[in-house]
Amino acid sequence: MKKEYLKLQKVEGPLVVLSNIKDVAYGEIVSIKVDDGEVRKGKVIKIDGDKVIVQVFEGTSGISTDNTSVKFLGEPQTIPLSKEILGRTFNGVGEPIDGGYGILSSYKQNINGRPINPVARRYPRNFIQTGISAIDALMTLIRGQKLPIFSGNGIAHKELAAQIISQAKIEGATSDNFAVVFGAMGVRHDDADYFIKSFESSGVLDHVVMYINTADDSIVERISTPRCALTAAEYLAFKHNMHVLVILMDMTSYAEALREISSAKEEVPSRKGYPGYLYSDLSTIYERAGMLKESEGSITLIPILTMPNDDITHPIPDLTGFITEGQIVLNRGLNQKSIYPPIDVLPSLSRLMKDGIGADYTREDHGDLQSQLFSAYSKVQDIRSLSQIIGEDDLGEIDRLYLKFGREFENKFIAQGRTENRSVKETLDLGWYILSILPETELDRMKTELINKYYVKNRER
Amino acid sequence: MTKEGIVKLINGPVVKGINMGSFKVNEMVTVGKQKLIGEVVSIEGDTAIIQVFEETEGLQSDELIYSTGMPFSVTLGPGIIGGIFDGIQRPLDKIQLINKDFIPEGIGLLSLDEEKEWDVIIIAKVGDNLKAGDVYATIQETSSILHKIMVPYNISGKIKEVKQSGKYKINDTVVVIENGNSTHNLTLCTKWPVKKPRPIRQRLPINKPLITGQRVIDSFYPIAKGGTIGLPGGFGTGKTVTQHQLAKWSDADIIVYVGCGERGNEMTDVLEEFPALIDPRTGKPLMERTILIANTSNMPVAAREASIYTGITLAEYYRDMGYDVALMADSTSRWAEALREISGRLEEMPAEEGYPAYLPSRLAEFYERAGYVKTLNGQEASITIIGAVSPAGGDFSEPVTENTKRFVTAFLALDKKLAYARHFPAINYLTSYSGYISILEDWFRENVASDMIDLRNKMVKLLQEEEKLNEIVQLVGEDVLPNDQALVLETARIIKKGFLQQNALHPEDTYVSLEKQYKMLKIIDNFYENALSCIKMGIPISTIKSQNIIQDILKMKYDVPNEKLELLDDLIYKTNEEYNNLRQKYE
Repeated sequence: MKKEYLKLQKVEGPLVVLSNIKDVAYGEIVSIKVDDGEVRKGKVIKIDGDKVIVQVFEGTSGISTDNTSVKFLGEPQTIPLSKEILGRTFNGVGEPIDGGYGILSSYKQNINGRPINPVARRYPRNFIQTGISAIDALMTLIRGQKLPIFSGNGIAHKELAAQIISQAKIEGATSDNFAVVFGAMGVRHDDADYFIKSFESSGVLDHVVMYINTADDSIVERISTPRCALTAAEYLAFKHNMHVLVILMDMTSYAEALREISSAKEEVPSRKGYPGYLYSDLSTIYERAGMLKESEGSITLIPILTMPNDDITHPIPDLTGFITEGQIVLNRGLNQKSIYPPIDVLPSLSRLMKDGIGADYTREDHGDLQSQLFSAYSKVQDIRSLSQIIGEDDLGEIDRLYLKFGREFENKFIAQGRTENRSVKETLDLGWYILSILPETELDRMKTELINKYYVKNRER
Repeated sequence: MTKEGIVKLINGPVVKGINMGSFKVNEMVTVGKQKLIGEVVSIEGDTAIIQVFEETEGLQSDELIYSTGMPFSVTLGPGIIGGIFDGIQRPLDKIQLINKDFIPEGIGLLSLDEEKEWDVIIIAKVGDNLKAGDVYATIQETSSILHKIMVPYNISGKIKEVKQSGKYKINDTVVVIENGNSTHNLTLCTKWPVKKPRPIRQRLPINKPLITGQRVIDSFYPIAKGGTIGLPGGFGTGKTVTQHQLAKWSDADIIVYVGCGERGNEMTDVLEEFPALIDPRTGKPLMERTILIANTSNMPVAAREASIYTGITLAEYYRDMGYDVALMADSTSRWAEALREISGRLEEMPAEEGYPAYLPSRLAEFYERAGYVKTLNGQEASITIIGAVSPAGGDFSEPVTENTKRFVTAFLALDKKLAYARHFPAINYLTSYSGYISILEDWFRENVASDMIDLRNKMVKLLQEEEKLNEIVQLVGEDVLPNDQALVLETARIIKKGFLQQNALHPEDTYVSLEKQYKMLKIIDNFYENALSCIKMGIPISTIKSQNIIQDILKMKYDVPNEKLELLDDLIYKTNEEYNNLRQKYE
């Protein structure tokens, strides 16, 4: 029989402190009964002698030092899992909020997970066709990859994520073994509704599990939201061999919640007030993507974060970029020019694409073509800044061709319709078509046989 | 007497225990019912602070802390090469046998395989006098590495007994030595505390390059065996690819690759790729000279701090056998952040950007374990440290990069702008530096060509000039430059595209011999001199640029295989011919 404690020592922000406590485990879940009958949950985040600090998921409003009864439950934070979770909506601690019954399952999993042994991992190689040219050609998404979208407030990242979900063709995935897990942390209600609607309209709603923590929900629950989502994803991928696409939005709200709790705990802050363990903490989320040798399933993770002030060097995008396998960067300038998707290709990158493209996966010219497009478009930037000073008319002939290439590249290659689904072949052909604006001497990253096979016919056109 | 402490405070990886006055700093302890592995970091009166190398979730106050009586150590013996270990030298493949896909806590301290039988050749004889560092047995650990079993430090004496050569396990006694009244049983393995550098006889001056097959390094910013190299770069600038290239192709005997707080998939990539790759010098699989230490970013943070020490201790062990070892630490920033994280949990007074004040001394201690030395048994050997740095926000003025700069001799700065233009390796050819150029000048003169360094200096000067001209070009455009300056731009373009850019995925380009590097430089120089003489005759730059030979020069890195370097001599001949024809036309 576990003891109940009736006296709190201190209540501060999301934390309560209890003293004279025995037999409490670090990370243990706590049940807090307030005198009006409401039961809240908390988690032990620090033990100091007989003093215990507990963070309360629902917040401490209404709690005083002597109106509660606290029980330590003796187990870490777990969620029950079964295949019934598909099509359901939960809050940040895994309780249903769609009016349905709770998940009845004896299979419970610790939401904190444990690191995947690198020896047990399978290296991701199969490409996912998103139907979006800029991504498929230049920052190819690979099954089992973690590839975040770096965006800003008011940029079309929602639309892009929804389009990826509805168009993604994963090798080996059928309608039976494909699932989407959506974790929303601190998003606005209308953003959450947007995703629900878009899942409905693309007909995947039965395959979606949602964990929703809106902007006005508890920040402590926000910390556990992505962990619940990834625990569900691990269950579907590794127990049921499903291919799972996980969308987490918005990682910036998540990190801010972490900072808020850290400062309530009076921890020593590091960059911009974020706690020193922000990197370690983010990595325990992002590193849960991947594939295992012993399982057919996969977890592909697309976290979305809004860069504060569009600053890519801000700690959240910065630390994320050091953990994830590349990034898709959206650009406000392109967004304002009404180019959708507003992908800024130069800072974008997919680290795993080198092993997932080429003759065995997409087409033999893919590697050289993407390298050439990158290098040409990077040159366009230099020429644009020059032409702003001396005017386009005074540019050399080749420089003018580059400017033309840049315009076509943005308006025809990067830009596409919100439901336009281009096959990778169409994307690569389009790339050659636009590249043929430039003379052959500018193609310095291309093998001669590829030039003969693809460039010449486009040039003649 | 067994000593037991009592857990009183738990804060993530930091645990405080009381009743621990008799414990020692840096002692290894096991914590709680799960026997989590930890290390004592400080003691005050009766209270000790412990950092735990495993997840502490579920640990309770009043659980016991057990002493092991020894500092945190690694086991040194055969079976290290080709292995993949976590930050505290536990083999990941053995962990996989215990728990299939994920790494649990409480599995105890595992190390080298104690059951495996090795073919041991005993070379010591009864009556020999042995001292620390002397070799008494050898084992062919892999087809390219002969493992030498050495007398542990602080032990010496006369051999009383030896076993015959044959099959033994690592804990079998093979030699007994006596010294006065005491005898020592020598097995095939020994333990060493990771934070203590292994002893050497003396440090020697650095005099040989570490050849990497990467042009921008070998020819422009050469690094040396026994040297220290910092490799800073923001994310996406290609630090890991560069580290992988160095691990694959540099001419060290042994590579220790420490993945410190990096991505799980990258370690898996190395595990899948290296066994299939062949070392160009020995013809053996690269894995037969490689040791991997993987502490991925989501593993416990205290083990991340330990991983760097574990790596350098393994490196020192093989150095003591007489090998040239190169250690790649990817990334030292994650290690520094682990120090910061633990320091924060200890509530220490932070210095710059929250890092502890002892960050510079820890970095210095680490880099100073590199060096070109004479070992205790009289052989020349070396450890080269190549430390990747991940500056926050790509800003090189942050504390880890700044302090690293003070302790490394070569600094290969990865540049975001080059990476965005897909100029790889994105090592900045102007802001990087190497203090080894002057030291290695003689070596290059004797072993490559007498004018190698001069050529290199000339090329760097051209690139510097281009940088200055670019400022003008950005204001007024390229067309208004006089012809000789336009030629500098064109030559710089050729140096960058034809020489500095190197494709890690291209079979001919991923590794380039020094001879080919020299010849390529020679060809570019020959082009420049030819073109310059044309310009002096008044031939317009546009005509010079439209010669076909330029395309050939740009593609020589792909078109000329490493084993057919005579094709490069043809290029010199062809360049001379084309520009001679041009000159004749204008005369």
